[in-house]
Amino acid sequence: MTSSVLATDRIVRGPDPPLLPRDATDAWITEEVADILLEPRRWRLWWIAIAPAAILSGLTFAAIGLVLSRGIGVLGNNTPVVWGFPIANYVWWIGIGNAGTLISALLLLTRQPWRAAINRFAEAMTLFAVSIAGLFPIIHLGRPQYFYWLAPYPNTMTLWPQWRSALVWDFWAIVSYLLFSIIFWYTGLIPDLATLRDRAKSRRARRIYGAFALGWRGSAHHWRRLDTFYLTAAALAVPLVCSVHSIVGLDFAASLMPGWQETIFPPYFVVGAMYSGFALVVILVALIRWGFGLQAMLTMKHFEAMARILLASSLIMTLSYASEWFSGWYGGHAADRDEIAFSFTGAYSPLFLSQLFGNCLLPQALWFPAVRRSQAALIVISLGILVGMWFERILIIWNTLSHSFLPSMDHLFTPTLVDWALLFAPLGFFTFLFLIFLRLVPAISMHEMRRLRREELGS
Amino acid sequence: MTPVLVAEFDSAERFVAAVKAFVDEGRPPLDGLMPFHIPEVGEMLAGGRRTSIRPIMAAAGFGMAAFGFALQWFSATIAYPIDSGGRPLNSWPVFLLAPFEVGVLAAAIAGFVAVLVGCGLPRLHHPLFAYPGVERATQDRFFLLMAGAATDEADEETRKSLFARGAISIGASEA
Repeated sequence: MTSSVLATDRIVRGPDPPLLPRDATDAWITEEVADILLEPRRWRLWWIAIAPAAILSGLTFAAIGLVLSRGIGVLGNNTPVVWGFPIANYVWWIGIGNAGTLISALLLLTRQPWRAAINRFAEAMTLFAVSIAGLFPIIHLGRPQYFYWLAPYPNTMTLWPQWRSALVWDFWAIVSYLLFSIIFWYTGLIPDLATLRDRAKSRRARRIYGAFALGWRGSAHHWRRLDTFYLTAAALAVPLVCSVHSIVGLDFAASLMPGWQETIFPPYFVVGAMYSGFALVVILVALIRWGFGLQAMLTMKHFEAMARILLASSLIMTLSYASEWFSGWYGGHAADRDEIAFSFTGAYSPLFLSQLFGNCLLPQALWFPAVRRSQAALIVISLGILVGMWFERILIIWNTLSHSFLPSMDHLFTPTLVDWALLFAPLGFFTFLFLIFLRLVPAISMHEMRRLRREELGS
Repeated sequence: MTPVLVAEFDSAERFVAAVKAFVDEGRPPLDGLMPFHIPEVGEMLAGGRRTSIRPIMAAAGFGMAAFGFALQWFSATIAYPIDSGGRPLNSWPVFLLAPFEVGVLAAAIAGFVAVLVGCGLPRLHHPLFAYPGVERATQDRFFLLMAGAATDEADEETRKSLFARGAISIGASEA
């Protein structure tokens, strides 16, 4: 426990050893991050990775096309299980999406030095995950061609949106959050695009990066404005992220169904979002570190810090589950008690127990420092969390809708091939978008790493 | 366009010290080019002036939120009233959700535009881009811009003090 990077430890144990190598220079940081992008011959592995991702992207759109052309009958949704994979996928993806900006903004406001190396791709993860999440409610509409009816616009029918509807809340939450995340991400990217403009060897690259850099020249006056805006936006991002996933929680909690109508849902969804998002960041950090040879910048200290957050989140999740069960039992409603009993003993109980294993039990291994410092162990635990969190999302739907107030209505859900395609293919689409991002813009924020270098090592 | 002296530094600490020395002497540099944000340089060059970014963001955010709430209230109570299970037409607690989201978004858009307008960006061509070696201002070098003086003698004096404060090269440009 010598290399802790959490602020609370710093107070107790004194200053930490620096995150960057002691001989790091600004030029070294720039070369390590930027030159990968400007040298095409180092991208062979990338081409191998993007081919299957492109195929899965095609499959994603084929599945979406099938749902749009044939209607939602091609999905396994039935009565009473009117929500199925699309809504579970939506909640899972937006959870992943919430974590990127939350991680970036929260760690900026709490002055965590290890943030500088991971914020850029955590935010990119947000953009792509939220974009994918936004597709699911639309394909799940009975008449998706009318999705724009969610927005108030002057129309000849003199109709207005139903503002009391959770679907309308979702619409505003997703649109606002996606656009906000793009602005936040691009603001942090502008100085790095200028660096690429100034290092690019080809005229075309110089022009394209130059246009997106907006003529940034590193003026002290400009830095001051940019920093003021970035910090203020970070302060707004934290409540925004919490509100977005709270609204997703309200989709369930604002109903009258057993297992859904619970005041704990909004905060419990926010923690679940951060939990699954951090798990995916751990995997992305490991892959980028290995693929780009960035071991000097993405260190085991980063993994250890993220492992601690996973452990803390896992405890909060466990507590949330326990409080759900307790209030179900203590409330005394037969439907609530039945729903909990059905979770543990009903048709989906193997999935439920797997969920508890992945989200509650497995991460307890992170109490051991050796596990926190093992990349392989962290990846296994993160995968367990990602799978466990998806089980949680689908079981919230299945357990309640398959087994509700009327026993005569009980009916299980059987996924179709299109359901499975909509579950797995978007993972390939996400990978595709993420690989494009890695190829075009610096995966690590160079200017923030330079600032960190000055703060840690001086000139 | 005003003539400027451009001094290059290869150390952040010497650059910051030079800015401070000139500010203390009562002739603050016009600007500094830096590969990362050094808050104290921005503060010294601003000379205590505050940016208007945060008030603009607040105005846009609260304004948009108020507009969003007013729109919902108008549509739900006047333009298209629906009695949904006896709930009040003005269901204000749930009308707060969307205004919060769009208010934060409006604040971010307004702040971003305020940054661009305040910085005079986008501006793809600037005389400083022609200065030899200035491309390292986005990588690992620091450049100090001093106002050009009326006479060559006065310029010479500025050059001397820049070299004395650690500049590794000095040239002339416009800004």
